[in-house]
Amino acid sequence: MSITKPSWLPPVATLGPLIALLLAVIFFATQSDRFLSVQNFSLILQQVMVVGLIAIGQTLIILTAGIDLACGAVMALGGIVMTKLAVDSGMNAYLAIVCGLLVCMAFGLVNGLLVTRIRLPSFIVTLGTLNIAFAFTQLYSGAQTITGLPPAMTFFGNTFRLGNAEINYGSLLMLALYLFMWWGLRETQPGRHVYAVGNNPEATRLTGIATDRVLLGVYVTAGLFYGIASLLSVARTGVGDPNAGQTENLSAITAVVLGGTSLFGGRGMILGSLLGALIVGVFRNGLTLMGVASVYQVLITGILVILAVTTDQLSHKGAH
Amino acid sequence: MDTPNQTPALVMEARGLVKRYGQVTALDGSDFELRAGEIMAVIGDNGAGKSSLIKALSGATIPDEGEIRLDGKVIHFKSPIDARREGIETVYQDLAVAPAMTIAENLFMGREIIKTGWLSQLLRVVDKKQMLEQSIARMNELKVGIRSMTQAVETLSGGQRQCVAVARSAAFARHVVILDEPTAALGVKEGNMVLELIRRVRDKGLPVILISHNMPHVFEVADRIHVARLGKRAALLNPKKISMSDTVAVMTGAMSPQDIPAECLAH
Amino acid sequence: MQTKTAKFMLPALALAASTAFAAGQPIIGLITKTDTNPYFVKMKEGATAEAAKLGAKLLTAAGRIDGDNAGQVTAIENMVAAGAKTILITPSDAKAIVPSIKKAEAQGVMFIALDSPTEPMNAVNALFATNNYHAGELIGEYAKAAMAGKPAKIAMMDLFPGNPVGAQRHNGFMKGFGMKAAGPESNELSTNPAIVCSADSYGDQAKGQTGMENCLQKDPDINLVYTINEPAAAGAYQALKAAGKEKGVLIVSIDGGCHGVENVKAGVIAATSQQYPLKMAAMGVEAGVNYAKTGKKVAGYTDTGVNLITDKPLPGVSSKDTQYGMDMCWGNK
Repeated sequence: MSITKPSWLPPVATLGPLIALLLAVIFFATQSDRFLSVQNFSLILQQVMVVGLIAIGQTLIILTAGIDLACGAVMALGGIVMTKLAVDSGMNAYLAIVCGLLVCMAFGLVNGLLVTRIRLPSFIVTLGTLNIAFAFTQLYSGAQTITGLPPAMTFFGNTFRLGNAEINYGSLLMLALYLFMWWGLRETQPGRHVYAVGNNPEATRLTGIATDRVLLGVYVTAGLFYGIASLLSVARTGVGDPNAGQTENLSAITAVVLGGTSLFGGRGMILGSLLGALIVGVFRNGLTLMGVASVYQVLITGILVILAVTTDQLSHKGAH
Repeated sequence: MDTPNQTPALVMEARGLVKRYGQVTALDGSDFELRAGEIMAVIGDNGAGKSSLIKALSGATIPDEGEIRLDGKVIHFKSPIDARREGIETVYQDLAVAPAMTIAENLFMGREIIKTGWLSQLLRVVDKKQMLEQSIARMNELKVGIRSMTQAVETLSGGQRQCVAVARSAAFARHVVILDEPTAALGVKEGNMVLELIRRVRDKGLPVILISHNMPHVFEVADRIHVARLGKRAALLNPKKISMSDTVAVMTGAMSPQDIPAECLAH
Repeated sequence: MQTKTAKFMLPALALAASTAFAAGQPIIGLITKTDTNPYFVKMKEGATAEAAKLGAKLLTAAGRIDGDNAGQVTAIENMVAAGAKTILITPSDAKAIVPSIKKAEAQGVMFIALDSPTEPMNAVNALFATNNYHAGELIGEYAKAAMAGKPAKIAMMDLFPGNPVGAQRHNGFMKGFGMKAAGPESNELSTNPAIVCSADSYGDQAKGQTGMENCLQKDPDINLVYTINEPAAAGAYQALKAAGKEKGVLIVSIDGGCHGVENVKAGVIAATSQQYPLKMAAMGVEAGVNYAKTGKKVAGYTDTGVNLITDKPLPGVSSKDTQYGMDMCWGNK
């Protein structure tokens, strides 16, 4: 299939999720008069901000034809580290946050080293770090929730008034980071190299690009985003929760896939992952407003994932 | 370029290259030379030492013994990146293009133009406009007939993709272009498209080392033919004088180098 | 992962068992749903303490997640092979675990279900549990009295579909409130017009918050919230606070963990039904030691009790205050 189109137009694979999202919004607007409001959309944005942030890191990894099964577990560990240090060890809140971010980035580094030095598939590596991160979280927290957080840590859970809606700082941060990463992946050399490595790692290596360094950078950066996600998670719930993030491992991957990024690497627009996260959030919100049982939400998500991956496959059938 | 009074300068020269892999001796004192403005085809049967020779010249392997000179200066490549820095560009058999990315991006892969300005330099912002303009310029120079530089490489035919790879090496090479089986797996029309391009690269002033199994193609474009056999250079042939079947005979060892008539040898 | 851990456990268990056999020590196994829910962590602590007191050897294992039946099946097999004569289990899947239990019972192992029953109930020798239905009824009665005749608009933060504990607490609450609801044997969640919204919280704080936010969006006039457990309640409270509604809405919950009781003290939760995992586990260990020594099995259902904890007692509904709650709570104080 030969498409020459203006380069600013999203790839076919991202138009799909955008249309799906719009259709979902239109549908739910007809089903409940409480759906279509700035307040409700602000709510949905808040509800997806943690998964959305994790999905940024996950997108980077999937763009290099890898996958990270541990993203939620690493996020949970980051959250426990920063809250426990601040509350139980009395550390300065900002310093504790930095420690949480560093722990997440350290896990990213370990993942990246195992993938680039020992040449293990990322699926296997992150399967291992999933369990390790989970165990560390349980051990360090003693399986207990941490409460009484300093206000600096819950800042991103706060809202400010805009018209008759409450806008949440965390969701603004998420949107800002998405825009920054979208720009970075399109317009900067490291960003283009991420796509190149994912599209054809051997070719990229032969042109002199240090592919191992690109991959390492991707995994560490993903870790940073998981750390930021942990801060948002802590801010949203107001506690350090050792059981957080257990479903986020897969929901982040779902968001990326729904957003049209190819699991084979090298293709996809990062804004797609935001759309993917929003699709899940919109369905969850809309179905609750309609009074439909949540099991249908799970069913619909499964169907959408199949549709998304099929569209991805078909739109590149000519090229492969 | 075979005027007897005026032999062009030697761009690249190798003497006594030896490379062993364990018990196997891939290169057994092989010589090599490349003159300015010529297309030197390298042919040889499997195991003749052809690919080891090319790997040594392109920096992919380090020879155990022997000397390589570039423009008369002795050089030691530790990696293909070193060779690139010296202005030697290699197009590998597997093409080395990223199919989902545009032609312009592929041309500049690894050498992207960064915008000026401290912020752009810090964040390494890519100058897409410049890259596009230069891509168009280069491709026009080489008369490659692809309309849009912003289309993805995967939308091109096999021959067009090969042209992109060759054009990339020609665009950045300062001294030598090495092409490894560029017309393999191409149909007749596409193969000819690539051969045309190779000629234009030579005409631009870049000497080309061409590795190929395809005798007709070799005879179409090569100025001289380096026959590799048993890890050495068996002969240096003149394609205008020697026949294709005799060339194959030298390559397989059916004809011994001593039996080659003098006029078939290249100087 | 649990299966892998269980495989490593086998030689370790065998070694432990052989040492125990040499000493004539009763070997008792405890299999919980998960290792992470503080409820089960406390259960394990209670069992460990009692085993140490009575000189028994305690083997422990858990499923990976709530609902991980396969992990519990493997644990039973390993413990039986290691010589456990009594196994205490909180079944993740009440029906699916029964064949494994029967197989082990045929080899002379005594089974005691803790916290929630198997299906059928008599698949095990005895059940030491808390009556989740009754726990629901208590908070339902309290809520009814607290609403004082005001029309109720109720949001239900449930567990997830098909889980018996979730169904019992949900239906018990409805019954206690005075609504028609299914009985304790049912796995279906009953409905009522006064319940304007339901969401699945999975017993998780973040999901409880999301569920409550969406319910408030659906009906901003919700004035009573039933929550499956205290983390879900904490999440629901976050949502209410963000909407500025925390003062006018009543939250009730079940569990009686220390964090939960603190939340009752802080006014986040109006009342919670407190259950006693430690007691269940200790009783189970005692029964196991008895069986090993005398060969006498326990039988039947023993309710380890539930108390309504609130600082705002209401007439007609017996309750205890948070001081009692803190003394008896499970989890880290």
